[in-house]
Amino acid sequence: MPMLTMTVNGVQHTLDVPAGRFLAEVLRYDLKLTGVKIGCNEAECGACTVLVNGRSVDSCIFPALKAQGAEVLTIEGLAAAWRTRQPSSANLHLHENGDQETELEALHPLQEAFVRYGATQCGFCTPGFIMQAKTLLDANPNPSDEEIKHCLKDTYCRCTGYVSIINAVKAAGEKMRTGQMPEPSLPEHVEPLHYVGQPLPRPDAIDKVTGRALYADDYWFEGMLYGATLRSEHPHARILSIDASAAEALPGVWCVLTQKDVPGALCHGLVEADWPVFAGGDYPARYVGDPIALVVAETDELAHDALKRIRVEYEVLPAVTDPVTARRPDAPVLHPDRPDGNLLKHIKVRHGDVEAGFAAADVIVERTYRTPMTEHAFLEPECSIGVPAGWNDPRFGYHDKLTVYVGSQIPYADRDQVARCLGLPKEAVRIKGTVMGGGFGGKEDIAGQIHAALAAQVTGRPVKILYTREESLRFHPKRHPTIIRIKTGAKRDGTITAVEAELYGDSGAYASLGEKVMTRATTHATGPYIVGSAKIDCYAMYTNNAPCGAFRGFGVTQSAFAVESNMDIVAEALGMDPIEFRRKNAMRVGAVTATGQVLRESVGLLTCLEKVETAIREWWREREQESGRTGGQDGASISGRHLSSLFAPLRISNKIYAWGVAAGYKNTGLGGGAPDKSEAEIEVFPNGRAEIRTSSAEMGQNLIGVLAACTAEELGLPIRNVSVLVMDTDLTPDGGPTTASRQTYLSGNAARLAARAMRERLQGVVAEKFDVPPEVIAFHEGLAYVDEARLAAVRGETQGAQNGSQHPLQGSTATLSRSRSISFAEAVKLLIEEGRSPKLRYEYWAPKTQPLGTGGDMHFAFSYAVHAALVSVDTTTGEVTVERVVSAHDVGRAINPLSLLGQIEGGIVMGIGNALTEHYIVENGVPWTQHLGQYKMPGIKHTPQMCNFIVEDPTAEGPYGAKGVGEISSIPISPAITNAIYNAVGVRCLALPVDQDALLLAMKRGERELDRRWGDPPIR
Amino acid sequence: MRWQAYHTPATIDEALALLSRYGGKAQLVAGGTDLILDVQQGNHATPQALIDVTTIRGLDAICEQEGWVVIGAATTHAAIEASPLIRRYGTALAESCSVVGGPQVRNVATIGGNVAHALPAADGTIGLLALNAEVQVCTWNGSAVECAWQPLLSIFAGPGKNRLAVNQMIGAFRFPMRTERTGSAFDRIMRPQGVALPILGVAVQVTLDENGKRAAAVTIALGPAGPIPFRATESEAILLAAPRLDEEAIEAAIVAAQRQAELRTSKHRASKEYRHEMVAVLLRRVLPKAIERAQSRSTFG
Ligand SMILES: Cc1cc2nc3c(=O)[nH]c(=O)nc-3n(C[C@H](O)[C@H](O)[C@H](O)COP(=O)(O)OP(=O)(O)OC[C@H]3O[C@@H](n4cnc5c(N)ncnc54)[C@H](O)[C@@H]3O)c2cc1C
Repeated sequence: MPMLTMTVNGVQHTLDVPAGRFLAEVLRYDLKLTGVKIGCNEAECGACTVLVNGRSVDSCIFPALKAQGAEVLTIEGLAAAWRTRQPSSANLHLHENGDQETELEALHPLQEAFVRYGATQCGFCTPGFIMQAKTLLDANPNPSDEEIKHCLKDTYCRCTGYVSIINAVKAAGEKMRTGQMPEPSLPEHVEPLHYVGQPLPRPDAIDKVTGRALYADDYWFEGMLYGATLRSEHPHARILSIDASAAEALPGVWCVLTQKDVPGALCHGLVEADWPVFAGGDYPARYVGDPIALVVAETDELAHDALKRIRVEYEVLPAVTDPVTARRPDAPVLHPDRPDGNLLKHIKVRHGDVEAGFAAADVIVERTYRTPMTEHAFLEPECSIGVPAGWNDPRFGYHDKLTVYVGSQIPYADRDQVARCLGLPKEAVRIKGTVMGGGFGGKEDIAGQIHAALAAQVTGRPVKILYTREESLRFHPKRHPTIIRIKTGAKRDGTITAVEAELYGDSGAYASLGEKVMTRATTHATGPYIVGSAKIDCYAMYTNNAPCGAFRGFGVTQSAFAVESNMDIVAEALGMDPIEFRRKNAMRVGAVTATGQVLRESVGLLTCLEKVETAIREWWREREQESGRTGGQDGASISGRHLSSLFAPLRISNKIYAWGVAAGYKNTGLGGGAPDKSEAEIEVFPNGRAEIRTSSAEMGQNLIGVLAACTAEELGLPIRNVSVLVMDTDLTPDGGPTTASRQTYLSGNAARLAARAMRERLQGVVAEKFDVPPEVIAFHEGLAYVDEARLAAVRGETQGAQNGSQHPLQGSTATLSRSRSISFAEAVKLLIEEGRSPKLRYEYWAPKTQPLGTGGDMHFAFSYAVHAALVSVDTTTGEVTVERVVSAHDVGRAINPLSLLGQIEGGIVMGIGNALTEHYIVENGVPWTQHLGQYKMPGIKHTPQMCNFIVEDPTAEGPYGAKGVGEISSIPISPAITNAIYNAVGVRCLALPVDQDALLLAMKRGERELDRRWGDPPIR
Repeated sequence: MRWQAYHTPATIDEALALLSRYGGKAQLVAGGTDLILDVQQGNHATPQALIDVTTIRGLDAICEQEGWVVIGAATTHAAIEASPLIRRYGTALAESCSVVGGPQVRNVATIGGNVAHALPAADGTIGLLALNAEVQVCTWNGSAVECAWQPLLSIFAGPGKNRLAVNQMIGAFRFPMRTERTGSAFDRIMRPQGVALPILGVAVQVTLDENGKRAAAVTIALGPAGPIPFRATESEAILLAAPRLDEEAIEAAIVAAQRQAELRTSKHRASKEYRHEMVAVLLRRVLPKAIERAQSRSTFG
């Protein structure tokens, strides 16, 4: 093998490398510099960016031998390289688990800024971003937004929406220039408590900006083997035979596993076990991508090469590839054992009398909309590692049971499904979560977990299965493409009298969470409005397309597009302002939803509408002032003209600008009668620390920061003394699925209440020591003390003391008793001395909900949002640009405004993708979209200017009033954009994503409605 | 399976001797941003060996030679974008290279690879074509290398196919350095969805006559408009004949380009009709810009 000599992060290495090895592989796998990420293997995403002789390259396709003699810099070497250039800070030394501030100061300003500005969420893209941004700041430490966007154009992030990244790069530049890092600016929010409400950096941020964070593929075990999966080429085919002998004959191949090797249940599935571990026998392959066999070999490359030697004899079956055809009686049936042909579920909402409603309407609008199949495109492709029971690894220790390392949204469901398919009791399997590079709903179903566990069991060795990007795209469940016919009736005064809708959801080959997703689409199909009557029918259909399941927005993204488009059409027909029309019908306290739920509290929609309206008005005022100053020099003539509408078009040379608005709402929690709970465990330690544990998933959203804040708040502990452990089925109790925007509420409450119960336990022992009633013991910054004022109050009037203990005393005017205080650590020691457990679990049950159709509370909370988009349409090319977005989100309470803003910005940009760029195209069951380059999520150049308002209309049961935000931020933006396009150029886009080609031609032909979208077959 | 050998020759002789020795089983590689992706994605058979042309001494040089600007085949897009010489005398090329991929791609992707890949809408290629560029083809005759200049268009055989034999490679490109009354410009129309190549790209170069009114020379390169990069010769003729380079002349040139170009509908990329419109949009942007640049580089007023 050729020798490669290069200097990496200042250290010279000479290595034997195969001629075909890429630099990313050498850095990651040979030198274990796992901060170098691989997201696509096609120079598309930029996660693998490193510097070679000072220039940034995508190391995933950079032949390692090109680095012969070169100086290579990776994220791991960045801080040291920076410090050697900074004589003043050269003698900074790092404290092991100590002061975050000191550690931050020792980092490169970009790393520091990414931490402070919340520019790292899941963190998978972070090393690439920082390395790429470094090349810019080295040349120009004072870059403009445009320059930053130019530099980071092909470096992709799926979490942040890039706003915080742009701000962080600027802040880092400022620090490089001035030595001072500016503070991030945040939207207004209610007065914070000690930790709750504080914009704290995420607890794992430093790990993520330094490359230390370990994602699944960053683990390796002694003696580890690699698995690669053979997948069906046909959308529907019976597997007649599999000949793997040629593959098995290859030296280094351990085994080829197929259905006959599955010892337990042959299928898995979160709701229905209909998805075969391997297609074969009675289970035909039902989509292109269904697994057929797994090769286990000494190396990943060998395993993939061996796949090509497996011969599969298929009997190709007729396929059904659209949900409407799938419902026809003569359609090929995917699951003959089911009662209703291809119908996964018919979901109905009935509310009042729609016939009477339409009869009373003055205006009726009916349209059919289509939404695309979309892909999560989390930057980290799926990876699972199975480690057999009894395996001892020098670094990761002894594994007493079969263990799967994986970044998954539902560790307990993984455990149960692995156990069932392997024929093992649940307790014989452990899921150990790794840092997760994004999920968005796409890491809820089983990926490689069962295969990896099975392979480990069969070979007695650890087995890693890392999906390539192509495989990830092909196999995992997507967002349901949905056809929605919706009819809205309203009276002349704007009152909505009736909504009738019919939805066809393409659930693909397997149930996944399809029924739940389409239920949400159905129940939210009236929008956040009071409607006189509603009749909604949804058909979730099996087809031979990729399975569809959970994806941020969970069905509501789809129906919101139809609802909010119709809202604007009706408003126009009525001659009403779109905001006024929405305000007229907006949900508010006391309203009844179409499912019969009375909204009793926490409905901040009207406030959201008002904030957004004011902001648009303000924008127009500024424009008018500007054009007044310039005398219309910029070509836009609005001064002097009375502004007829906030949504009026504005032409500036080739472009027409207009605002569009849309509202949305989204449930928090599972709802629909599903028992919804999360359990958390707290343990306090005699060193004054506490740990909070729950299996809930951290996928970038900063749940761990929320849990830490709730715990620190309740225990009066400095937050750095609180650690959080998640996603481990042996060490953390079940937090339930991380889905449905539920974890801040559910696990936040579990953590808060576990901590509160522990506080009460500690209050008891400390009170005994000082001989006072327990409720006067307060906790603050690591001290437990007698609150003398409260004591006086209690002694004075014994009645008032009861509700006193309900409120944490810290933060008020609690007088700190110097004489009667002990440290938190001492308090824990006392607790232990008294023989009481320093550990407790709290099982939090969310308020009960009712199944659809039974009336009552289908959900225990809803979040609301209003988005307005200013778009420009180029009248010569049809190109659409989202220039600005104003949003307002009612989230109950901002527990961490910095991460909340990150959720909002990221959700909005994801919604821009849904409207303008994204479509996973499947043609007759065969994906056209095969590579990341064919699936463009929005890049930094798509990031608009943003102005985001936080509305905090608290929900009584939520932790400190909080409800979910994870999904709502991505929902109204798509229709806000298409409404804006209509307002600009008068063309109503009925299908997503918008196609500039079709839009331009529609404009030229004077067509008012456009049913074509990008990805539709060409017209011949 | 990947390639089994990776060669890093220091000279063209060495590279071509190796290439000939492998007799079609080896492949030249420069930045690898086309080739490696094609191999990885199964669109190109895995070669036995890769021969890296970026290690060839001097193959990444940009220089001025006897009235030509010469660009080594292994010059990266980033280097072209940053070169004052090219920005000055080959603005269209600098502009076209500056929009390829992102910085990480431009730091490695070469102009030689862009041309050799032979796509009718490759950006760098369109830029070069408008500058009347020539390509230097180097041939190994068994004992030595012979290099010869030929017109750029002569190297293309069809979409993704060049006319280089297994003993040949591109050594360099050159374009005439017109110092006076000459300006060029490039622009393209992209879509934000999953298509890497432009819907349409256009580059033009205009040289004005002594009075600054009429065109003394015009080249218009456009793609995709046929199996290989396309010169809108009929439009060029119209502009050359026009009494002045005004809107009327430009509109006439547009009509001619729309007529001559073989515009097609390509799946998920663009409709023929849309491309037809874009020919006009781009020429309306690019021609005036090039004319303006030519005027600003003139000695007349
Ligand atoms: C993310 C991404 C975005 C891209 N965006 C664009 C874009 O916007 N516009 C665009 O035009 N392209 C784009 N490309 C394609 C690609 O980057 C360019 O075509 C690039 O110029 C290819 O150059 P290379 O040096 O990487 O070629 P390579 O991949 O190394 O080689 C390409 C071909 O040229 C041959 N070759 C290379 N050098 C020579 C030589 N000296 N003589 C003879 N044959 C040679 C190789 O054998 C191979 O067949 C993009 C690619 C990626 C990955």
